[in-house]
Amino acid sequence: MRKISAKEISSAVSALSMDANFTLRKDILEALKKAYSSERPGKAKKVLGILVENAAIAKCSKTAICQDTGMAEVFIDIGQQAAVTGGGLAEAVNEGIRRGYGKGYLRKSVVSDPLLRKNTGDNSPAVIHTRIVPGGRIKITVMPKGFGSENKTLIKMFNPTQGAGDIERFIVEAVRKAGADACPPYIIGVGIGGTIDKACILAKEALLRPLGRRNAKTHIARLERESKKRVNALKIGPMGFGGKATCLGVNIEEYPTHIAGLPVCVSISCHATRSATKTI
Amino acid sequence: MPRRIHLPLKTEAASPLKAGDEVLLNGYVYTARDQAHVRFVKAICGKKTPAMIKGQTIYYAGPTPASPGRAIGSCGPTTSSRMDPFTPRLLKAGLKGMIGKGSRSRDVKLAIKKYKAVYFITIAGAGAYLSKRITESKPVLYKDLGAEAVYRLKLKDFPAIVGIDSKGKEI
Repeated sequence: MRKISAKEISSAVSALSMDANFTLRKDILEALKKAYSSERPGKAKKVLGILVENAAIAKCSKTAICQDTGMAEVFIDIGQQAAVTGGGLAEAVNEGIRRGYGKGYLRKSVVSDPLLRKNTGDNSPAVIHTRIVPGGRIKITVMPKGFGSENKTLIKMFNPTQGAGDIERFIVEAVRKAGADACPPYIIGVGIGGTIDKACILAKEALLRPLGRRNAKTHIARLERESKKRVNALKIGPMGFGGKATCLGVNIEEYPTHIAGLPVCVSISCHATRSATKTI
Repeated sequence: MPRRIHLPLKTEAASPLKAGDEVLLNGYVYTARDQAHVRFVKAICGKKTPAMIKGQTIYYAGPTPASPGRAIGSCGPTTSSRMDPFTPRLLKAGLKGMIGKGSRSRDVKLAIKKYKAVYFITIAGAGAYLSKRITESKPVLYKDLGAEAVYRLKLKDFPAIVGIDSKGKEI
């Protein structure tokens, strides 16, 4: 049994929440730069240039990339040989969120009850997803999820006789409905299969996969490429100014499902899709 | 070259603005988002219209806290359409300008035209960049809302584009 202290987990989560909010993911920054270079002169190109500059300012001055520093989603892979000592795992994660959001001057956007809506004042609690994996290490990913884009999520239970074409149309429909509200160019995470809750988590996991790395299954990779092409044909573009970049990528994760169904979740994420990972 | 606009917005400054025009906003605005709008409308119904409405400009934003030595943290726009159910009531009470991101409802467009107001859009998701164009910030109302409190901000050459002009024309 490998012992990992709750304190160490809190420190890691605190550092990761600041890192994710100050430093734009390398794959996304590269994709923004590429979109800027390939755009024709005009308003869309100008906005892409500002987004690249924004990322540089945020990193250098330790200012949040976006004021919506999100509700923190924390993905934890716990090695089955690892033991958390000196406190509970969830409490350790939430302590890390409180500390990171305080120390980093990040926005406290969480309310304690969805209907009573009183701000918790420290951005806790996080939404925590845990997985038990082989080994003795703990891998933690913090994804601050902004709600301008979270509000544009679509889910649908397709008939099992429907297929890739229907899912592709659904993805395009989700982006068309989002319009320019959720800060394009988007990163689109799609979960297909499992149960609907599984499909939603898959969609979020898809957002964590670096842009440009395709799904290992050929037919899913094809759906990723085709969907990206069709989404960009919508020509919504940065701030709705048109052009080539409505999305920077479509990432799809899939899972076995039931003979009677085909659950799909489309998670829209903004150009400031943020995440940071550490393995202890 | 974008035109410099001084806030609060005067009718004579608002009327020549056309959807799509690039502007640089200068002067004071008030932040307000979902819960502040609920309270504004309640206050208006109770005949106690808050001072930050008549003739003023509202910025749909909730900034990150200022770190030491800075006027404000990251401060970009939030999705304007969530405020659509409340906006016509605020426009009737004298609101002159709005800054946000994304499109607005038909009712909002009609009310903008009726009350000769202007809806500006600014760069979404560029909160760090925009923070450099805000020189003062102070929470002034509903402080219990935390991130959703009403802040008075001073803008300096704050970049925006006319999203809906005073004739109700949309970009």
